[in-house]
Amino acid sequence: MTHAGLTSTMLWLMLLLGAYHGLNPGMGWLFAVALGMQEQKGSAVARSLIPIAVGHAVAIGSVVLTSVFLGMTLPLIVIRYLVAALLVGMGIYCLMRHRHPRWVRMQVGFRDLTVWSFLMASAHGAGLMVVPVLLRSNTVEAQSRIAGHNHISQTVAPLAGMLATGVHTVAYLAVTGLLAWVVYRKLGLALLRKAWLNFDLVWAAALVATGLVTLLI
Amino acid sequence: MSIMPDPTFYPSPGMAMKAAPEQIAYVALLNVGKNGKRDAMSVIDLEPGSSTYGQLLGQVDFPNGDNELHHFGWNACSACLCPQAPHPHMERRYLIVPGIGSSRIHILDTKADPKHPKIVKVIETEEFIKKTGYTSPHTIHCGPDAIYGSALGSASGDGPGGIFLMDPDTFELKGPWEKDHGPQNLAYDFWWHLGHDTLITSEWGTPNMVKDGLNPELLLGGKYGRKLHIWNLDKRHHLQEIDLGAEQQMVLELRPSHDPMQTFGFVGVVISLKDLSSSIWMWYREDGGKNSKWAVRKVIEIPAEPADPEKLPPLLKGFKAVPPLVSDINLSLDDRFLYVSCWGTGEFIQYDVSDPANPKKTSSIHLGGIVRRAAHPKKPSVALNGGPQMVEISRDGKRGYFTNSLYSPWDEQFYLDGIKSWMAKVDLDSKGGMKLDEKFFVEFDGLRAHQVRLQGGDASSDSYCYSDPQ
Repeated sequence: MTHAGLTSTMLWLMLLLGAYHGLNPGMGWLFAVALGMQEQKGSAVARSLIPIAVGHAVAIGSVVLTSVFLGMTLPLIVIRYLVAALLVGMGIYCLMRHRHPRWVRMQVGFRDLTVWSFLMASAHGAGLMVVPVLLRSNTVEAQSRIAGHNHISQTVAPLAGMLATGVHTVAYLAVTGLLAWVVYRKLGLALLRKAWLNFDLVWAAALVATGLVTLLI
Repeated sequence: MSIMPDPTFYPSPGMAMKAAPEQIAYVALLNVGKNGKRDAMSVIDLEPGSSTYGQLLGQVDFPNGDNELHHFGWNACSACLCPQAPHPHMERRYLIVPGIGSSRIHILDTKADPKHPKIVKVIETEEFIKKTGYTSPHTIHCGPDAIYGSALGSASGDGPGGIFLMDPDTFELKGPWEKDHGPQNLAYDFWWHLGHDTLITSEWGTPNMVKDGLNPELLLGGKYGRKLHIWNLDKRHHLQEIDLGAEQQMVLELRPSHDPMQTFGFVGVVISLKDLSSSIWMWYREDGGKNSKWAVRKVIEIPAEPADPEKLPPLLKGFKAVPPLVSDINLSLDDRFLYVSCWGTGEFIQYDVSDPANPKKTSSIHLGGIVRRAAHPKKPSVALNGGPQMVEISRDGKRGYFTNSLYSPWDEQFYLDGIKSWMAKVDLDSKGGMKLDEKFFVEFDGLRAHQVRLQGGDASSDSYCYSDPQ
């Protein structure tokens, strides 16, 4: 275990989830490509990635920090069931009926894009999906209880939570940026017709799976 | 929901032009008067090699008549690929069919058997009025976030008409679209420039102004529509009103550039009180700038043709001329050719609009017409009534289809013998030029054909969020 409860496994998982979030066309790279095409400038793609990453980071960070503070007051078992229930519930809802935040605007500035990215990540439960990673495992929790440390947080510390969010966002930005660049410069949008798997279904399944795993770790 | 995107969705208009040729068309059929028939949706065979080419393959009868079925559309289209809220795994499957006569909306499912669609939902008049506050739903377009429709009037049949929203999953009406109508009162068509968050509406007349026929007093008084309205698509409020001039009457079909980056489009005006001419106007952004005002200018004028008063209906006798009465127009997906229906003179015209401010007439065909009554080569001895009206162009821009009825209460005012309905097809040359397909001539018995929709999409069914590489 490293400082403040953050393990290297946690960081790797945050990195992987970041990459996974980056793959979703509805949560970043596709809008960046569209804006590049609208301005007919590759630089517009790059420019739009910054607010998209910021919005994503805020969406993830706010859920992570909320859970960190809840972790200081609630017992692990409560948090665990709460997070699992939210994840499974959200996954089932997404499986049955996929809803997007209402957003029609295509002419967007920095602030619009940040808000858009925040809304999209939040609506997809992106933040919720990473919370289980940062929960203390039952074994660790038991050990610290035996050792008499009853008032230790059930998640990582706030600073560690922010670090984890940062790692997640870097991975997200790397993947979404790479996809945006490759599609804009090389592959073209015809790719969408052939390679756009139903991410909403995969995503909903991932939410349910994460919820179930939360109960087991 | 399916695993892969609907194969009929295309990111850009250029990609949609590579789609395979359509095999069937859906054509709305209107019952007229008390002939005991009901309205229907017909399915026409468009496959040239087929033994039933140009024939009726199937027909689904509606529960009632007198719906006056006008511009129906799909539940989902290429706008589902738009990047703000993509949902590419919807299916282009349901036809949303509004009736301006009844204020009903019929939903047809085409999936199980595309040749025999099934009515799966009917939104009744009372429900439509209660949920939207409007009457006479007219045009349907699928948008990035919902199904949009225009309606001619308010619950009382006067103004303002407007736009309503429908949930694309449940087909529940979500209510009126506008947050602020501004000065807008009359309504008709609508469409948008998705890349510029701009919606445009046009003006015909309220239900009370049109349902009993073209009213000469209102027309000569210039009371029918003469304006365009520009709206903020995102914030749903009125931005600008553009007056085409006091003599311009009935500003109808809107055809914005399919390229989402462009900011021009065309609108047809039925008649000028000055000389009975019809005209096509181009809208554009002043100075080409993002935040500047929109403007409009006349780019095509089609003159009335002198005629023997003996051959004219009472409405036109005094004028000794037959007006072109441009009713519908259609723009090819590459924004290159504009097709114009002159329902009065029985002419169908192709313009090269590569330079949208300076259209060039490239070809013309005559069929029907108030005076001309031009015959179809498949039936050269039969004088046709009606004229080219609702026109639809294939995605690849190689074929055009049109029908001949306009609007039941108005048909008999111009064609005294009533409309005997038909549908024709033209083969289009990608370099300009067109020719009637001599093998394709569909005649409808007792019902009048109106809007045509092509299977998989056509040149007025889809909106795109991505431009093609220049």
